[in-house]
Amino acid sequence: MTDSAPTNDGQQFDRLPETPADREVEGRASRAEVLDWWAERFGIGGGVFEEYSFWEKGAGKIWIFNGEATDPSEVEAVGMTFLRTRQEHWKPTGRAVSRFGSRATKNVIELDPEQASRFAAGDDQDIPEWDGDWGYLIATHEVAGESVPIGVGLYLYDELRSVVPKGSRADLPVVE
Amino acid sequence: MNPLDRYEPLVDDVDAFRAACDRPLPSVVRTNEIAATPARVREAFDEAGVAYEPVDWHDGLFRLPDGNPGGNWPYVHGWTHGQEEVSVLPTLALDPRPGERVWDACAAPGSKTTQIADAMDDEGTVVANDNNLGRLSALRHNAERLGITNAIVTNQDARNFSTKPLGFDEFDRALVDAPCSCEGTCRKNPDVLDQWTLDHVHAVAGIQKGVLARAVQATRPGGVVVYSTCTFAPEENEAVLDHVLDEEDCELVEFDLPLDTDPGVTQWDGETYDESVTRAKRVYPHRNDTGGFFCAKLRVGGEETEVGA
Repeated sequence: MTDSAPTNDGQQFDRLPETPADREVEGRASRAEVLDWWAERFGIGGGVFEEYSFWEKGAGKIWIFNGEATDPSEVEAVGMTFLRTRQEHWKPTGRAVSRFGSRATKNVIELDPEQASRFAAGDDQDIPEWDGDWGYLIATHEVAGESVPIGVGLYLYDELRSVVPKGSRADLPVVE
Repeated sequence: MNPLDRYEPLVDDVDAFRAACDRPLPSVVRTNEIAATPARVREAFDEAGVAYEPVDWHDGLFRLPDGNPGGNWPYVHGWTHGQEEVSVLPTLALDPRPGERVWDACAAPGSKTTQIADAMDDEGTVVANDNNLGRLSALRHNAERLGITNAIVTNQDARNFSTKPLGFDEFDRALVDAPCSCEGTCRKNPDVLDQWTLDHVHAVAGIQKGVLARAVQATRPGGVVVYSTCTFAPEENEAVLDHVLDEEDCELVEFDLPLDTDPGVTQWDGETYDESVTRAKRVYPHRNDTGGFFCAKLRVGGEETEVGA
């Protein structure tokens, strides 16, 4: 990287490059890598996101947007937060999982009613029976006969850690 | 002075009006159809034993007699949003369509923005603007919670709003849900009656005129602008329309709302307004047992251009 290479300005929205070969700002994820990540991690194919554009603001925070924009550098938000990059393990946002997670085919952990309430409250819990991957999982539960994503959990050493942000935690009754 | 006194000459049944204004309103939620259908919300409420009542003029609204609209799974999943019944009216009048470009000029905390995005099937662009940065964080929280992906959030003075950050320079539709004296919300927040002053009415009316004029300018010929408030004050309602009809190329149009309304008034406090302000709709609390509201629909003048062109 030379002195003249563009760097990430954390205060403004910049569109992701299409592929790693198009990358001008060091460390910035490309659209192709973002789509690959959702496909590999959760089995959500790129077709789902075909109409959306992706933007970075802040260090590695990726936003997903379904509207028109050319130079939204001076706006407060475009679409919704979607994915945290620029770290070893990328992390989907709870909102992204809530919006798109019902299409996931893997790394989905179904919680029983009591586990679901504890998860929404932000509690960590032992779930040793999970025999899938470690890392970020989509936690779901059943509502009136259908599986619904609740948010993102981090599974490590037999434990599911709820990473529901403090402001989104809820004290909910157990619905059997 | 209780500001409701001054509106008694405008209503047909003063006792019913005053009695309704004294009754508290129930909690109400609107279904976010980006995430779930009203039928799914009903199933989830039934399963969890959450009491709810339908609203006969809108199948996506539910009254929650036990309150606590955020204390259930449908809310956590972004299937519902707490919103007073009359607050859904301006978006019904605006009638935004998927793929359009829509401006919500005074958007925080986002109840109407998110309802607009829902009506657009989250397709097209809704530009949610507010001049108050603190209130914008509430808007962003609500938009994210409901999974809205087609909103751009801006922090400008709506009176001289610049389309420069956008990929286009005019809107198909604009909503001016203006800051106002808010007496119509007295059933939720009686303090608004104590805080009311005539000076504020006049000051805020100047802002309302500026925002509505800018909305007409920023909307394409043939496009739609909806003006709404939650005040009964003609100074902030019909007088604002009368001013903008004079200053900008636009007209008031007839429209339907799914509840009982009264026409806009043409005379108030020695002033006379354009006859077409009768096309605006007043919602008095005693008519439908709701909050108070005002809503008008304007067509921007000039030759129609193609939607989204």
